[in-house]
Amino acid sequence: MTEDCDGEEQDEETRRWSPGQGSSSSSRGGGSGASASSPLKTRCVRGRVDQPPPFSGLVLENVLENVLQFLACRRDRNAASLVCRSWYRAEARTRLELFIGNCYAVSPARALGRFRCARALVLKGRPRFADFNLVPVGWGARFSPWVASMAVAYPWLERVCLKRMTVTDADLALLARSFSSFRDLTLICCDGFGTPGLAAVAELCRNLRVLDLIENDVEDEDEEVVDWISRFPETATCLESLSFECVNCPVNFAALEALVARSPSLRRLRVNQHVSVGQLRCLMVRAPQLTHLGTGSFETVPAADGAAELDVAELESAFVASKSLVCLSGFRMVAPEYLPAIYPVCAGLVSLNLSYATTTAEQLKPVILQCHNLRTFWVLDTVGDEGLRAVAKTCKHLQGCQRLRSILYFCQRMTNAAVVTMSKNCQDLVVFRLCIMGRHRPDHITGEPMDEGFGAIVMNCKKLTRLAVSGLLTDKVFEYIAKYGKLVRTLSVAFAGNSDLSLRYVLEGCHKLQKLEIRDSPFGDAGLLSGIHHYYNMRFLWMNSCKLSLRGCKEVAQRLPRLVVEVFGDQNKDLDSDAVEKLYLYRSLVGPRDDVPSFVKIL
Amino acid sequence: MDGGVGYVDVDALKATELRLGLPGSDEPSEKPPPPTTTTTTTTAARPSKRSLDEDRAARREPSEGGRATSTRATKAQVVGWPPIRSYRKNSFQAMKTEAEVAGLYVKVSMDGAPYLRKIDLEVYKGYKELREALKDMFKCFEGCKGSEYAITYEDKDGDLMLVGDVPWEMFTSSCKKLRIIRGAEAIRGLGSSQ
Repeated sequence: MTEDCDGEEQDEETRRWSPGQGSSSSSRGGGSGASASSPLKTRCVRGRVDQPPPFSGLVLENVLENVLQFLACRRDRNAASLVCRSWYRAEARTRLELFIGNCYAVSPARALGRFRCARALVLKGRPRFADFNLVPVGWGARFSPWVASMAVAYPWLERVCLKRMTVTDADLALLARSFSSFRDLTLICCDGFGTPGLAAVAELCRNLRVLDLIENDVEDEDEEVVDWISRFPETATCLESLSFECVNCPVNFAALEALVARSPSLRRLRVNQHVSVGQLRCLMVRAPQLTHLGTGSFETVPAADGAAELDVAELESAFVASKSLVCLSGFRMVAPEYLPAIYPVCAGLVSLNLSYATTTAEQLKPVILQCHNLRTFWVLDTVGDEGLRAVAKTCKHLQGCQRLRSILYFCQRMTNAAVVTMSKNCQDLVVFRLCIMGRHRPDHITGEPMDEGFGAIVMNCKKLTRLAVSGLLTDKVFEYIAKYGKLVRTLSVAFAGNSDLSLRYVLEGCHKLQKLEIRDSPFGDAGLLSGIHHYYNMRFLWMNSCKLSLRGCKEVAQRLPRLVVEVFGDQNKDLDSDAVEKLYLYRSLVGPRDDVPSFVKIL
Repeated sequence: MDGGVGYVDVDALKATELRLGLPGSDEPSEKPPPPTTTTTTTTAARPSKRSLDEDRAARREPSEGGRATSTRATKAQVVGWPPIRSYRKNSFQAMKTEAEVAGLYVKVSMDGAPYLRKIDLEVYKGYKELREALKDMFKCFEGCKGSEYAITYEDKDGDLMLVGDVPWEMFTSSCKKLRIIRGAEAIRGLGSSQ
């Protein structure tokens, strides 16, 4: 369960719907391939087993189960489940990890009812634009109904990974109490919980191996902060990974140090910025076996370190002793004089994240020149062109860069020529996200729109599955994307396009499109309606501050009964106004959700 | 500098500033967004995080009043742009706040003086105040030769610049240290007297 699940997109149950079939798409207990239906129409097999199969069938199913248990990829499993009822049942019994890309696409009852033996759950909630404050608080995506159902259905649950969900302390406590084999908890961009919830997990999950808290909004009123680190069992623990960078309050360092000392399996430790560099050294000495380290502040904090400042040489020797380090991150406050202490591990680093440090080129160069094996690199533009040149020169696995797979780049301005060059040099790109922060910025040398640059990306990077565009863009770029971006699954659009044509191009041309998020672009109902044939194949469409109207959204809702169409937005607008500020639509097997807040209307 | 529409000067200026925080993130970056929600929520951000940021913004207001450079621009605040997670933005807010609470301290050296001083540039409203403060600070070192001196500073590119050429706010954001040059060098260097 990795952080950025850009891989699999499909929900485990929904298949290709043919909306033109209308009501036949809800074929109840329908033929599982028995009828001579046209190849284009694939029916969804429901979870009903009307009568038990004959004995020979049971034997076959057993054999099948023994085979299917080796099938890990969920797309393959989805395909296997469609063969016939027997395969459907066997697959359902052997699926161990449940991936649900949109928590509202299916209900806990349905999902848990079908897959009765799952041991792991990956659940995603809010749309990605929620990260940028575009989804109001209270919209939904609560973990509560899921944990409540699982407490009953999955007493053997081992792993949970949640992204953009609301998780309360009570949810965490219930989780900790209900699953005696629980081992891995990963929370990414979640909210709703605080240190009390963490304390419950620490205390009650006796077999905990992984507690990874990544970019969550951990809320604690000052008075209510709980010393959760002290709640881990006093005996040796099985902890392998502990990440708590996003926990904003200081932790009890003595307890943390003791915890690290009695966790011989610990390989990944990422501390928050309240851990000073002196304290970090102590931890490193306790755990020289670490492979992943998040350094916290990386500066002296008098309150923590006392009068004596940590000698750089002492810090360096801690790094020398950490012979297994491959991934380094943190560096929240970096005192530049301590940066050289990491030189001893640079040659072994595969991943380096300096994106919270305002490193200059001079500071970066001696570091990066030793990082020959770097595959993943995050840095701020404080390093400038000079810094990036040093990166390009040294990091053959990143650089220049035939092997580069993913680029996320923020800049004030850009030229088409530069983007074209990137497209030619990095033809293996799978992810290309360029954010020209000045809105509607053209090529700053030619004054042209950025269409040609992004066009070159989709043309030359034939493996591209994720794309984010920016700058001044006309309908033309979307024509390119539609024509060449045949593998694109995720597309992010902001302040772009001239007309509905853009949206039409994309919805008609990008056959693999799963996730489309658009903001502040002049697309209206006509564009929206042009995607009717495709929305059942997508996980979601998000549009805000475009030119949509209620009329258009209602039409989509009417024509696609299996789609949930949510509109919400500015209540201050004219009551007469038909304009839709925010639209979020997604396929669902269970219809409109029952936890809709007052500012959301489901059409 | 670039062909942007309408924002040109402001953004060009901003682009050359060296400051903590991601380029392009307005400061304060968490201005109240346009109303997007109804009765159940007050703002688009989580309440606790919001109040924290507003507190910081409020605390910074007084000192930022005179320093506001390109935030005077009429560029509309846009919610969620650039698309940087509030988690990351808040980290930079925290860093910036710390730096600002600490003040804008720069070293001041004077030719011939045995030791340096440090001053907080934020305390001064303009060049006049700064000069007076420096004069005061170093008057014990003025020899009987008289007080011919020039105040220079090292900017973020490492160049030695004469104090007074650029707007005050631009100066404070680019000044790394001050150097008071005395004697013949100073007289030669000074074109028009300050």
